[in-house]
Amino acid sequence: MSADSVSPVLVTTDWVAQHANDAAVRIVEVDVDTTAYDQGHVPGAAGWNWTTELCDTLVRDIAPAKKLEELLGKSGIDNSSTIVLYGDNNNWFAAWAFWQLKIYGHADVRIMDGGRKKWLAEGRELSTDKPAFAQKTYSARVPDLSLRAFLPEVQKAVNEKSAALVDVRSPQEFTGEILAPPGLPETCQRGGHIPGAKSIPWGKNCNDDGTFKSLDDLKALYGSQGVSGDGPVIAYCRIGERSSLTWFVMKYLLGFKNVRNYDGSWTEWGNLVGAQVEKP
Amino acid sequence: MKAEHYSRELRELAGWQISIETYKLGDVYHCTISNADPGARFARADGATREEAEQKALEKAERFLRQTRRFTTG
Repeated sequence: MSADSVSPVLVTTDWVAQHANDAAVRIVEVDVDTTAYDQGHVPGAAGWNWTTELCDTLVRDIAPAKKLEELLGKSGIDNSSTIVLYGDNNNWFAAWAFWQLKIYGHADVRIMDGGRKKWLAEGRELSTDKPAFAQKTYSARVPDLSLRAFLPEVQKAVNEKSAALVDVRSPQEFTGEILAPPGLPETCQRGGHIPGAKSIPWGKNCNDDGTFKSLDDLKALYGSQGVSGDGPVIAYCRIGERSSLTWFVMKYLLGFKNVRNYDGSWTEWGNLVGAQVEKP
Repeated sequence: MKAEHYSRELRELAGWQISIETYKLGDVYHCTISNADPGARFARADGATREEAEQKALEKAERFLRQTRRFTTG
């Protein structure tokens, strides 16, 4: 996607290279592989660990407001900062962080189109230094839960067809041929998908270089499955990070008004006693 | 520093398509292995040479991939 010209929430690798030292901008790397940041990152970027910093480590939940405020404050971010997120796997967990920051009402948060993959492939500058930031004060807003779907809303969507369900996992996960992506631990008791869900794998949003596809391509992709944004949409995957990328595409690139990310995803639905499962 | 000798290769391992991404930063080669679909990184290793890093990462990857079960869907 021609990022700068199309969407205010996407920036190019060039833009990041030019603004990495801008005091009003904080670049943050968030990876699936939490060791990737240590293998070299955008100079001056903070690194956030999704397994410890972007969740509640006791209860299964997103980061509590106080925890997020502390993370942002120690990253030198206040409410007026521009936050630019990027990461591995074409920005899976960068999108997860984006989603949480929007839940807590951060105004200016963006994603680096192409993520870590594009930055590396372009041979850009990397650093292994962990920058120190001047502490700032951050105040999270009341959570906007219109961006998040919980189990009862998904059950209602199934029973009353009150929302379009978009399963963004791979076709093999959708059909139940496998219970988790190859090489990763199986984290559910049953394979398949939520009844009525459409299969639109997250990877179809992206080009080979990791950037997002054009708006026309994205419109065609979702339109071909009858997902036009005219009504409510709920996206899900296995743990909610791939679906946060699809949520980002639908809400911020395509402009769908009512899109929620079901972060309980298949690790919730596929473990529920008595839940309906559709195959293939 | 800049990443040097960046490469990305698709290959089949233990019956699954994988992607091998390797680059050199400073004196260290970093290798990460992802499944081709959905593209999740699941094994990585470092080494003094490309061959060493990739060999170590591939050994881990094969071990993990052999634990992935396939179920009939019909």
